[in-house]
Amino acid sequence: MHELGITQSLVEIAERAASEQGAQRVLTLTVEIGELAGVVPDAVAFCFEACVHGTLLEGSQLLIRSIPGRAHCAGCATEVAVEPMTIACPACGSFALERRQGEELRLLELEIE
Amino acid sequence: MCTDCGCAPDAQHDHHHSHDDGSMRTLRIEENLLAKNDRLAAANRTHFAAHGLLTLNLVSSPGSGKTTLLERTLRDLSGRIGFAVLEGDQQTSNDADRIAATGVPAHQINTGAGCHLDAHMVGHGVEHFDLDATDILLIENVGNLVCPAAFDLGEDAKVAVLSVTEGEDKPVKYPQMFRAASLMIINKIDLLPYLDFDVEKCRTYALQVNPGLEIIELSCRSGAGLDVWYAWLEKALAQKRVGR
Repeated sequence: MHELGITQSLVEIAERAASEQGAQRVLTLTVEIGELAGVVPDAVAFCFEACVHGTLLEGSQLLIRSIPGRAHCAGCATEVAVEPMTIACPACGSFALERRQGEELRLLELEIE
Repeated sequence: MCTDCGCAPDAQHDHHHSHDDGSMRTLRIEENLLAKNDRLAAANRTHFAAHGLLTLNLVSSPGSGKTTLLERTLRDLSGRIGFAVLEGDQQTSNDADRIAATGVPAHQINTGAGCHLDAHMVGHGVEHFDLDATDILLIENVGNLVCPAAFDLGEDAKVAVLSVTEGEDKPVKYPQMFRAASLMIINKIDLLPYLDFDVEKCRTYALQVNPGLEIIELSCRSGAGLDVWYAWLEKALAQKRVGR
């Protein structure tokens, strides 16, 4: 359940940014969670409800954008789609995969008023 | 109040809910959710480097023998290398008590509901040690092969411990952790005659996940392989000092 700590950090970053802008409340948050980030989006959404209580984020909507995993395979010199547990290239079987996309874990934007 | 992390409780903010003007705006943030931990980990790394410390983050499932490995290592090496040990567990100071019995400074961090150590806990944990008298800082993370992989503590390397009473396929079941590790210790090899654990298969799996992974097989009970582990520690410490 490291999602709890990550969600607390999300709330902290959002609240700091919103109060710096003199916002009275946050309406929506857009978050990017890569499929290879080792973070379960549903668990973040669950923790979010508990973490926003008493903050500028209370009542806000959390939008989670999932980013699919991509890796460069040195074996067949192509970019391939990978899942969290993929260890070999789905095309050629090589283990020389370098992850290029899918490890994102970012707060993208806030809608405030 | 901590100057690095500002960890004193925040002052209460005003919390008006008047929506009269309805002035809606969008803010671009683009901040990594682990940015705070990463920042504190970078501060730890700088702090440790200033003291010439080699710092290792030991990760594994519960019961792999991390604490026993540390006890044995400290009894054998603490005469000539200065150690300090941070122990992470949800509850109890049992592990820190076991380490302290070897005469090496130890501090227990209880994470409560938390499933991993983070850079903030470690930054405060080392306040209990005289770092100038320390050569190697060993951090025994909470027994968990999932969550600690995401949290940089400011260590030089992660050491994953896998005991032969577990499955040889752990590296492919928990690839994130074994990918993040620099060294894998296969522990309790004195039990191999009684088990079906396939060491070669385990090595193959681990290297598939992380081709650069170093692997040491040892037993704290029989002492087999400990010399290889000690040589690894001394080499890592020497490299750290050259890099200073």
